[in-house]
Amino acid sequence: MTHAAELDPRAPDPRDRGGPAQPLLIATDLRKHFPVKGARGKSVQAVDGVSFTVRKGETLGIVGESGCGKSTLARLLLHLVVPDTGELVFDGDAVGAADGIAINALRRQVQMVFQDSYSSLNPRMPVRDSVAFGPFIQGRKKAQARDIARAILGKVGLDADVFGPRYPHELSGGQKQRVNIARALATEPRMVILDEPVSALDKSVEAQVLNLLRALKRQLDLTYVFISHDLNVVRYISDRVLVMYLGRVVELGPVEAIFERPLHPYTKALLASRPSMDPAHRIEEPPISGDPPNPIDPPSGCRFRTRCPFAEAVCETTTPALSDWGVIAESHIAACHMHDPNSGHSHSGHTDSGQA
Amino acid sequence: MDGDANPPLVQVTDLSVKFVSREATVHAVNQVSFTARRGEVLCILGESGSGKSVTLRTLIRLLPRQAQVEGDVRVNGQDVLAMPARELRALRGGLVSMIFQEPMTALDPVYSVGQQIGEMVRRHTGCDRKAARARALELLDLVGIPSAERRLDAYPHELSGGLRQRAMIAIALSCNPQLLLADEPTTALDATVQVQVLILLRRLQRELGMGMIFVTHDLGVAAEIADTIAVMYAGRIVEVGPVAQVLSDPLHPYTAGLLASTVHGQRKDRDIDAIPGSPPDMRRLPPGCSFAPRCARRSAACRTTVPAPQFIAPERMAACLNLAAPATLTVATE
Repeated sequence: MTHAAELDPRAPDPRDRGGPAQPLLIATDLRKHFPVKGARGKSVQAVDGVSFTVRKGETLGIVGESGCGKSTLARLLLHLVVPDTGELVFDGDAVGAADGIAINALRRQVQMVFQDSYSSLNPRMPVRDSVAFGPFIQGRKKAQARDIARAILGKVGLDADVFGPRYPHELSGGQKQRVNIARALATEPRMVILDEPVSALDKSVEAQVLNLLRALKRQLDLTYVFISHDLNVVRYISDRVLVMYLGRVVELGPVEAIFERPLHPYTKALLASRPSMDPAHRIEEPPISGDPPNPIDPPSGCRFRTRCPFAEAVCETTTPALSDWGVIAESHIAACHMHDPNSGHSHSGHTDSGQA
Repeated sequence: MDGDANPPLVQVTDLSVKFVSREATVHAVNQVSFTARRGEVLCILGESGSGKSVTLRTLIRLLPRQAQVEGDVRVNGQDVLAMPARELRALRGGLVSMIFQEPMTALDPVYSVGQQIGEMVRRHTGCDRKAARARALELLDLVGIPSAERRLDAYPHELSGGLRQRAMIAIALSCNPQLLLADEPTTALDATVQVQVLILLRRLQRELGMGMIFVTHDLGVAAEIADTIAVMYAGRIVEVGPVAQVLSDPLHPYTAGLLASTVHGQRKDRDIDAIPGSPPDMRRLPPGCSFAPRCARRSAACRTTVPAPQFIAPERMAACLNLAAPATLTVATE
């Protein structure tokens, strides 16, 4: 049995247990607080009650500024960081539960690509061995693992004879990131978590890697969770987008809905902060002022209220729920009192967007 | 200093910078010439390793010892490369100052922001501590740091990324420089903070009438701040022009490729028009045009001849042998 045959997407995947309607991953109320040394009782609330689903075959984009918890969230999904509370269900099986799927079995089906393409490769290993390591450790024979590495290096556009024997320092940034993608795919995962995979690359190389990721997703029938701070990249590659702010989800919806009809003031500010690419229409006024607050001591109620132009008393006292408020189509949800008809916010019920 | 009555703010002619070590020679900057005028923002746009930061640092000779510099660099008519150390110290932070990408590493962690600004002011003007502190307060106000009085005694780690970058800008502006050098000052910042700092820099540059040379890899940032763009590739300037013209009507195939591969407004059902290949190894630059191996417009001559700068208008330069040939007619042979 060759690797290519195993990866044929037309054959039904024997690992698909729940069928197409079962989300590939359901995350419920994930929480991770990191204790702060020397400050008793204080903690960095990196991820604070995050719930979402990843559908089979989709690309879910996760956006947010540094410190919003998007990378911690990615690690929670693989238990690289163990969540304080919360539940993960992979294709119908509860992760880590006695009658569910074990962490090791989960990691066989979910792989990750990191931002720093150099530090995520072993500098003392030729890259073909790095790629073969995953299949080998999961029980393949050495020769078999090496064949898999050859095939998958070809798939990511690297000639295995030329690049396979090289060490990471002998490759360019784009080539190293291709190796990282190959290594993630070598264990035939169903889902790949991409944590800022193109952020460290030059613009001309970024486009190549994005094209490659799209082609691989089609060929191998993959599901992506794509984390980035670059809104243009997320718009291009994602089917749905999740917006995070200070450890919480503020908005989640189909990509065009998020970009064309954003509901949350933070999403709007984030979109308005993108450079215009047109010198005749420069941004004259900053969409919002200040920096994101410290996640050690986040604001009460709505965490965005300290920078929000519409903040009122209710935003300080009550945490807004993440809901579609019965008016927004296509499971487009946002956590803002202005969209809750019963919140008591003076704008509630007559916002300028999202009216179905 | 010399005979020229009103020299351009910056005049760089045939600048080359090599880094020589036992293993290899890195040709970081090759035969670069450009001018920057007073009251204008020149953006040097390029990818990592294109030589943009080295070019910028050469303007105040902020280079490591193994750097070998050739050519002529004049700032306000003064010959920077021939300048003795004493004059150079007066130049840095006086006539010319610089802001860096990473404010946390550029600021000194053991001195408060007020002390760091004050040090600069006292060093250059010789005023006393009290006057320096007053000037520091004035500067924090100028760069839009809220509750400036309290922030004066704050240490860098107590400030957010955006405030730290503002503090660094305050230090750079403390002695009223005529030229501000900015090396990717917004790259490490979050999107909502980046736009605030860009707007601030644009306002300060206009109000203080400074010249600014702004190095970035980001076309979007360049579009927000530049008057003129100089595009660098593999240590050479390949195109220069007013920002609107370069973005709407790029002459050089590299600039055109960079614009086409930008994800901005890309249709979702199509692949991005990526530039094939990767930038050359600066230790072993190919003869001829460095972009030729990746270029769709290349001809045989591109492999052997380094293209000379061609001016199609006084402000509009491109260094390409096949400028006249429209990209659509010449098909690349793989």
